[in-house]
Amino acid sequence: MAFTVPKEVYNGKINQVEVGKDQQVIFGGEEVLPFLSFEGKAVSNVPLALEIQDIDPGDWAPSLTDIYGPVMGNPAEWAKLCQDEFKADMICLRLTGTHPDNGDKSPEEAGKVVEAVLSAIKVPLIIFGSNHTEKDAAVIKHVAEVAANTGSIIGKAQEKNYKTFAAVATAYNHKLVALSDLDINLSKQLNILLTQSGFDGKNIIIDAMSSTLGYGLEYTYSVMERIRLSALQQNDAMMQMPMISDVGEVTWKIKEAKATEEEQPGWGAVEPRGILWESLAALSFLMAGGNLVVLRHPKALATIRKTVAEF
Amino acid sequence: MGLTGIQIFKYLPKTNCGDCKFPTCLAFAMRLAAAQVRLDACPHVSEEGKKILNEVSAPPVRLVKIGAGDRVIETGDETVLFRHEKKFNHPPGLALAIADNLSDQEIEQKVQEVNNSTMERVGQQLRVDLISLQDKSGDAARFSQVAKKVAGLSSAALILQSLKPETMKAALIETAARKPLIYAATQDNYSQMAALAKEYQTPLTVYSDQGLEALSDLVDKVTAAGVEDLVLDSGARSSGKMLSDLTQIRRAAIKKKFKSLGYPAIVFPGEGESDPLMEAVRAGIGIAKYASLIVLNSIRKEALLPLYTLRQNIYTDPQQPMQVAENLYKVGEPAADSPLLITTNFSLTYFIVLGEVENSKVPSWLLVADSEGLSVLTAWAADKFNAPKIAKLVKKQNIEEKIKHRNLIIPGYVSVLSGEIEEELPGWKVLVGPREAANLPKYLRDMA
Ligand code: B12
Ligand code: SF4
Repeated sequence: MAFTVPKEVYNGKINQVEVGKDQQVIFGGEEVLPFLSFEGKAVSNVPLALEIQDIDPGDWAPSLTDIYGPVMGNPAEWAKLCQDEFKADMICLRLTGTHPDNGDKSPEEAGKVVEAVLSAIKVPLIIFGSNHTEKDAAVIKHVAEVAANTGSIIGKAQEKNYKTFAAVATAYNHKLVALSDLDINLSKQLNILLTQSGFDGKNIIIDAMSSTLGYGLEYTYSVMERIRLSALQQNDAMMQMPMISDVGEVTWKIKEAKATEEEQPGWGAVEPRGILWESLAALSFLMAGGNLVVLRHPKALATIRKTVAEF
Repeated sequence: MGLTGIQIFKYLPKTNCGDCKFPTCLAFAMRLAAAQVRLDACPHVSEEGKKILNEVSAPPVRLVKIGAGDRVIETGDETVLFRHEKKFNHPPGLALAIADNLSDQEIEQKVQEVNNSTMERVGQQLRVDLISLQDKSGDAARFSQVAKKVAGLSSAALILQSLKPETMKAALIETAARKPLIYAATQDNYSQMAALAKEYQTPLTVYSDQGLEALSDLVDKVTAAGVEDLVLDSGARSSGKMLSDLTQIRRAAIKKKFKSLGYPAIVFPGEGESDPLMEAVRAGIGIAKYASLIVLNSIRKEALLPLYTLRQNIYTDPQQPMQVAENLYKVGEPAADSPLLITTNFSLTYFIVLGEVENSKVPSWLLVADSEGLSVLTAWAADKFNAPKIAKLVKKQNIEEKIKHRNLIIPGYVSVLSGEIEEELPGWKVLVGPREAANLPKYLRDMA
């Protein structure tokens, strides 16, 4: 029997999304499983964002503060460093300082940070709240307006606050990250709620809830694979949004990325271990269908960029 | 090609004796067609029937064993393309490449690295399972001498890498009892390599970088020569080629039942690569997508731990959550007056809670209850994490002897349990902790 290339027939494709103003970035648009260009139009562009915060986070690992220390607490400088020095395709600004337990900064204070960051960079901006559903809704109302018509990505809309997010994303022309709880049905449900509220599904980016190696990676991985399969095979329009992987935050808080060799003899050098932890988490999610990745370490960014170029 | 249940039924005894634990031969045939049972569960099939049915009930990816004794590496025997469908069976074996032209001392060092590669995670012992000895000297005597030396220094399974049949033979004479994997039969040497694999009863790698059609043709020639335990190398070395070849090989085997590629595949993510980060990331592609053997140039601990962990994650059973043992765990060096917290034995829950208690820097006792691997809320909903169970566990672990105070911190999500636990455990006070583990450091520090 002769060998024939085992190609799949797909019925659907992934939405293509365009973001930014001065320097636009396009992602999504693939028609086959991740990077399988032998069977059709595959993912070709995976934008890699570096994460910054509105305040000095205070608890980042030395592997990160060694790099960002001087600019932490100055979001505009921090953003510029990531763009110019580390060649991030996008900047992801997480407004952790707005969390009620972490400074409780007002929407107006957050708005000033957004404004400063936007004027410091040309690449597109991702704006995330502090993962406090009520406060995020209040903050996003204001900062989305500050960033009006910059084609930014805002998030994360969740079941409890999606209406506010959808309204401001539409009013000020932003794309929306929709976060659900590690479950394909919940993810689909949220997309349905968003579109039923009048939001254009073409402007949604799915966050299936990221995790990292040893901390639930297999759940995220399989949920993402299943979302991709139902988008492509079943042509399910509510699953055809590009997916974002927010891996920096979940990776750099775990022991395996932070513990020094003295603290954990037998685990090897801490810096490359952390970088690899982040890189492998990002890579796994790209294998499972991710389109856009948020990272913290510039070397993880460089490694993933080089890998993606080989596909 | 796969047979239907009805076709299989024709070759069964049709006596409905029930020895296979199915009521009828037809029921058994249906399960066999779906690859849910093995043919040997029926003791009564004729020899002729066995021959035909074994052929069709064989797994789409052949099970190939490398090594001997308690260090046999099983590879292949996979039946699905995506881990959510069904558990992937055999995690890829990791190998360290060792060149025979290194000094004896360097070789010994590398073998020691392999011998010391074991790390524990979630109760599993994870390690580098193989050593891949590479003929870089071009000298058959040196290669076989090093093979013998390495075999003596380590019980890891062996891969012998040389394209020269004489060199391979010299090394096989020294190591055949260890059932090494021969690497590799090529278009030029396959008849001699196949003869060696037969003579020494070892598995054999088939290599062709001329496309998968050429690779499958070569496989056919090797199987025609009588060697069945094969491993494939398509020569893919870059990330893209690796992913696309590994995917095509696995898909052809599983979806098209294409026997000529129905074997485990080997990859070399570090070949021609000087950056260990890139090597490890490419190895990650192999772990996620269908590699069965991964030969690395470096196995530094900082790369091994993430690779082991990724492999463990991808190869867990999607139906059976990873669990940790029920126990009273120490976080830091707790004393008799340190806080006591309780959680479930779902490994994800355990690791998250453990991490946050460590972050708090408050030495603590962490009591882990067997909840059959379910998370806090799931276990509570399924009645696997309830007051009587918790009370019993506190007594069983002799906690009242180890700990002076009588305060038990429970997860915020199951605050409803607090009254009941206090009833079951007279003298104890239940403290309701935060819902999210992320708030534990603040909670514990405020308490201290
Ligand atoms: C994955 C999942 C499953 C998986 C199980 C995976 C597993 N190993 O547990 C499966 C599919 C098997 C499952 C089954 C069921 N599930 Co379920 N499941 C979930 C889901 C989506 C995620 C659970 C999870 O993994 N969480 C992550 C872990 C790490 O969380 P955790 O253990 O709670 O730990 C956190 C906190 O509790 C805290 N914490 C933990 N320990 C401690 C200790 C202390 C001292 C402190 C302070 C804090 C703390 O820290 C952790 C991180 O913040 C949740 C929804 C959700 N988002 O929670 C539903 C959920 C838990 N399931 C639910 C239900 C009802 C069930 C079922 C009974 C029926 C069903 N609907 O399917 C069955 C029962 C299972 C059985 N065997 O009979 C409900 C429970 C509702 C309720 N309040 O009672 C939930 C909430 C979904 C819902 N909204 O309906 N489920
Ligand atoms: S053991 Fe064999 S003969 Fe007996 S019922 Fe099962 S299939 Fe039929």
